[in-house]
Amino acid sequence: MAVDNVSFTVKEGEVFGFLGPNGAGKTTTISMLATLLAPTSGEAHVNGFNIKTQKDNVRKSIGIVFQDPSLDEELTAYENMDFHGRLYRIPKDTRIKKIEELLKLVELDERKNDLVKKFSGGMRRRLEIARGLMHEPKALFLDEPTLGLDPQTRNHIWEYIQRLSTEKNVTIILTTHYMEEADRLCDRVAIIDKGKIIVLDTPKNLKDGIGGDLITVETPDAESLCSHIQEFSWFKSSKQHDGYITVNVTDAERHIAEIASLSCQNNIEIKSINVHKPTLEDVFLHFTGKTIREDEASSLEHMRMVQRARRRR
Amino acid sequence: MGVIYTIWLRNVKRYLRSKSRIIGSLGMPLFFLLILGFGLNSVVSIPGMEHDYIKFIIPGVVAMSVLFTSVFSGIQIIWDKQFGFLKETLVAPVPRVEIMLGQTLGGATTAVIQGLIILVLSLFLSGNPSDMVGFLIAVLFMALIGLSFTALGIAFASQMEDMHGFQLVMNFVIFPVFGLSGAVFPISTLPPFLRYLTYLDPLTYGVEGIRAGLLGTSQINPFTSLIVLVGFATFMIFLGGYLFKRMKV
Repeated sequence: MAVDNVSFTVKEGEVFGFLGPNGAGKTTTISMLATLLAPTSGEAHVNGFNIKTQKDNVRKSIGIVFQDPSLDEELTAYENMDFHGRLYRIPKDTRIKKIEELLKLVELDERKNDLVKKFSGGMRRRLEIARGLMHEPKALFLDEPTLGLDPQTRNHIWEYIQRLSTEKNVTIILTTHYMEEADRLCDRVAIIDKGKIIVLDTPKNLKDGIGGDLITVETPDAESLCSHIQEFSWFKSSKQHDGYITVNVTDAERHIAEIASLSCQNNIEIKSINVHKPTLEDVFLHFTGKTIREDEASSLEHMRMVQRARRRR
Repeated sequence: MGVIYTIWLRNVKRYLRSKSRIIGSLGMPLFFLLILGFGLNSVVSIPGMEHDYIKFIIPGVVAMSVLFTSVFSGIQIIWDKQFGFLKETLVAPVPRVEIMLGQTLGGATTAVIQGLIILVLSLFLSGNPSDMVGFLIAVLFMALIGLSFTALGIAFASQMEDMHGFQLVMNFVIFPVFGLSGAVFPISTLPPFLRYLTYLDPLTYGVEGIRAGLLGTSQINPFTSLIVLVGFATFMIFLGGYLFKRMKV
């Protein structure tokens, strides 16, 4: 089962994010909300419409940018937009106006008559976002909007998404496995793993929930170092993962030295040590006992990459 | 109507833009026309028919061209599936049947254009253009073949995951359909068991219909051909529509 007992409410106008590793059930959730996949049990409403019984109304209420590209490469940017507008039965005058306006918004108006196959990954993404907005949806679903894009382009897309949510006041529901993305864009984040929502709150509350600072120690002997650290009076909690120990403390700077001398006394090698404020990555680690990155190296992701590469050929 | 037109327009635009596809799919029919037509023209004479062999196979080669192009257009949906474009279409608030009909009409249109190119080229080769009414009858039958077999292609595509199955369809469906249709030989002289097989092949009626239009003579009454082919096209559109509707993406 890909998704099990997921329950949440998204407020109008907010940016809501699903954060989780690949295969956590993010895309499945979105596919169900977009009526592409029928849920085996349970209820969901989008813009007040039931996703099982009022499919067409749901579809009219949403725009969606899929994880995998979904443009017609043999058509121009303008034609892709036009195709979409006609499918959603937007009258001609509005359609022409909308296409111009949205292509300008994503800065593709100069390239509107170029075939999409000549576009870069970032341009395609922008075009897809513009297309998803053509029929003025109440909610816009973005499934991994910056997957596979370089950092600069990613920043660019983030700016567009932020501008959309303030200028157009459209509700945005996005999935991502990038911490920074969820942190920067989302008003509220649902951390999802193995088909279940583990925790749901604003990024700030999630991070504050962990509290204080985090000291991450890289060591070959995590087990015994951990047992020693637990004896400190200031010890609150710690997590072990993959040769790392993450210790949750207040005033981390004061305790680094203690940890260092402790390991010295006990002949435990320390490869690196680092202090930071909690990030969403730490929140994920705190609740699931693993990092998102660890999950990512799984064979599933590898298979997907291969498949995608094959498709592009 | 708007949706059907939209999908149709996309198909025709894509077709007109892919010059290599247009030229590429002219190859096989022209090859048949030249090799078989000129190669066998002097040694084959059709009993009960005053026309040359090359004139006899022109309708068959035109039908072949329409057949191949239309099946291919239908099966192209798999590409849309793989490239994700189909999702974009299916998530729109429109009935799937309209999408399927647009696809079928688009495929049939491109197939008829392709058939017309062959027809015009072959008329150059054999001279003697036919009269206008006959020409229109031929186009009508070409359109029916196009509709039937684009729908057939869509039916297959909705059951297939990727293009791997395409070869299977080509070898076990399309070539037998073409081979048994009497496109390159007269069916009346076949041994009985084979003749019954050709009567089961819907393309036979298409070839005979085009032949009736272009040559004025045919072995099956054109009205019979028309009724059978309209029936087959209707059936295939319903079947294709049904399977397309149930398709998962």
